[in-house]
Amino acid sequence: MSPDLAGLFSYFMIFIILLFICGAYCIAATFNMVRAMIGLELLIKAATLLIILAGYLCGRSALAQAIVITLIVIEIVVMVVAGGIILWAFRHNESIDPRKLSNLKG
Amino acid sequence: MLINLILLFVLLSAAVWTVMTTRLIRSIVGLAFTSAVLAAVIYRLNSPLAAVFELSVCAGLIPVIFITTVSFTHRISKEELPVARKERLVRFRYLPFIIIAAGLVLSWCFKIPQFNLPAAGPKEDVRNIIWYLRHLDLLGQIVILLAGAFGVVVLFKEDK
Repeated sequence: MSPDLAGLFSYFMIFIILLFICGAYCIAATFNMVRAMIGLELLIKAATLLIILAGYLCGRSALAQAIVITLIVIEIVVMVVAGGIILWAFRHNESIDPRKLSNLKG
Repeated sequence: MLINLILLFVLLSAAVWTVMTTRLIRSIVGLAFTSAVLAAVIYRLNSPLAAVFELSVCAGLIPVIFITTVSFTHRISKEELPVARKERLVRFRYLPFIIIAAGLVLSWCFKIPQFNLPAAGPKEDVRNIIWYLRHLDLLGQIVILLAGAFGVVVLFKEDK
């Protein structure tokens, strides 16, 4: 790997790891389901950046873009269904705090 | 290289602000801004189509989904607000320190891995990749979209 690409890889990787920590902390520390979704979004953004970086370094940007487009479609569906689940939980429990989901079976 | 570094700093700062801010609407705006900055980074990494998708979908559509979700749930009462803010501050106060500490540790001890990258092939067109090489992905995307639509219909089905 050339020194330029190696430098690019190292500092991008540091920021990707920090972004991942940020998203993981958000999911771990919150009791609000919307905030958990926001944390999940941040994790997906870190993964997106990692895929694009890998494509750039390997000279296969087109393939990386195709994979990222698929990832974005999956992200949308996950967010829409998660939003639906949050609204469902709110209708039944009057709260979006997962600790108050007391009427689940099982 | 400097522009990339500045963009990455802005991206991380926006992400931390998104997580730390108390109001959900501000948090959603922060997420949209994070997506917009990420789109700029992706564009600079020679991926314009993915950048356009990131900008239009992740910075445009997903915040709308979030805002719709938040608008259907209730506002926190004025009596509950100070308690909730205090609780949040206690839980999230460590994040900036963790990020700074992790950044310092990583920048100090991050070893550049020694691996050989594959030789760059001929310049590929993303449309050819999507339509010919990864065409099963398109089928998967259609199935996932239908599954999502079905999931939402089931979630909002009225009880008889």
